[in-house]
Amino acid sequence: MDPIILFFLLGLIAGLLKSELRLPSSVYEFVSILLLLSIGLKGGVELARQPFLDLLPDILAAIAMGVLLPLVAFPVLLLVGRFKRADAASIAAHYGSVSVGTYAVAVAWLASKNIEFEAQMPVLLVVLEIPAILVGILLVRGRQNQTRWGEVMHEVFLGKGIVLLIGGLLIGWLSDPEALASIEPLFFDLFKGILAVFLLEMGLIAAGRAGSLRQHGVFLIAFGVVMPLFGALVGGVLGLGLGLSPGGTMLLATLAASASYIAVPAAMRISVPEANPALSLTASLGVTFPFNVLVGIPLYWRFAEFLHTLPGGG
Amino acid sequence: MTRTNEHERSHVLKLLTVITESVLEPQLLRDIERLGARGYTISSARGKGSRGVREAGWETDSNIRLEVVCDEATARRIAAHLQAKYYDNYAMVLLLGEVEVLRPEKFQT
Repeated sequence: MDPIILFFLLGLIAGLLKSELRLPSSVYEFVSILLLLSIGLKGGVELARQPFLDLLPDILAAIAMGVLLPLVAFPVLLLVGRFKRADAASIAAHYGSVSVGTYAVAVAWLASKNIEFEAQMPVLLVVLEIPAILVGILLVRGRQNQTRWGEVMHEVFLGKGIVLLIGGLLIGWLSDPEALASIEPLFFDLFKGILAVFLLEMGLIAAGRAGSLRQHGVFLIAFGVVMPLFGALVGGVLGLGLGLSPGGTMLLATLAASASYIAVPAAMRISVPEANPALSLTASLGVTFPFNVLVGIPLYWRFAEFLHTLPGGG
Repeated sequence: MTRTNEHERSHVLKLLTVITESVLEPQLLRDIERLGARGYTISSARGKGSRGVREAGWETDSNIRLEVVCDEATARRIAAHLQAKYYDNYAMVLLLGEVEVLRPEKFQT
């Protein structure tokens, strides 16, 4: 078993047993900053080797997927889950957007199996963060305008996640490859160790959601498992359609399956304050993140492999 | 109102304390400055209230404690505004108390 998964389980179990263990929030922030920068840097270094315009179809496809996923989730939440409109839209936005933590685990998983993937994946990660947030807001507000778009855009585009990912991409892209060697030990060599600490805290955070999980019931749990499976299906097929390698296909499936817990909650809190954040965070952190880390990622790899064995698959 | 003691004069002003979700910080600062606060102090906070435990384990789950010293009219104006704008949808507690300060000119608008 991969040790980083065991770190996650340690956090989860310690949290469920109400252990006193908790990381100082500045440590958690620091490791998430390092993860975001590492992912950005890695992507930037690889991107420097290919022309940017070739990425355009992938980027457009990612945007389309980011719009589609919340539009599928919303009616299900509204009609089957019987959530209020604001809550349904907010949860839908969380599931249309992506989780960098889940992506990092998938990258580490691929690396441990020596499976290659395309350099543009971090760019797609950045692109996918955004559209679902806007769709979520539009689903609640329509085009009637009490929404202070300036503020929302500021939150969306200048949130920590986006700034660090894009910043890392640019630094990786612009740096001399030889000069980058001096910072590699921190950002690349320690990646898995940092991820392990991050997952320990994520386990604790996920366990902290157990109480509200009991409160909000079966539908939210079912949605938190079925929606990522549906997302993975869409992402996997799209990855195949874009001609990605099996590794890239698996990552796109993982991105589509993951639900945001940093960028979207903050943006939704500002723009749709009447939505109850406990619902969306319970689903994304309490159900979907553990599901993806423990069960989803190996499953999405098998799915990507399967897609590539189909006639016409790469 | 001014009280005098043997050594120096001290002045009574209001201390407005706002405990709320850290996601509101930028908006809140704009609001209170527009409503006449000359300065403020912010610290991170955690605790429990009607909206559950806010552990500050990570950012979406964290609170801030915002303190403003100002004259009574300004404090009431800010309190009324925050109550109208945020009470319905956000975790927020407002506390208003009296404090003595030595340099009132520092806090007055």
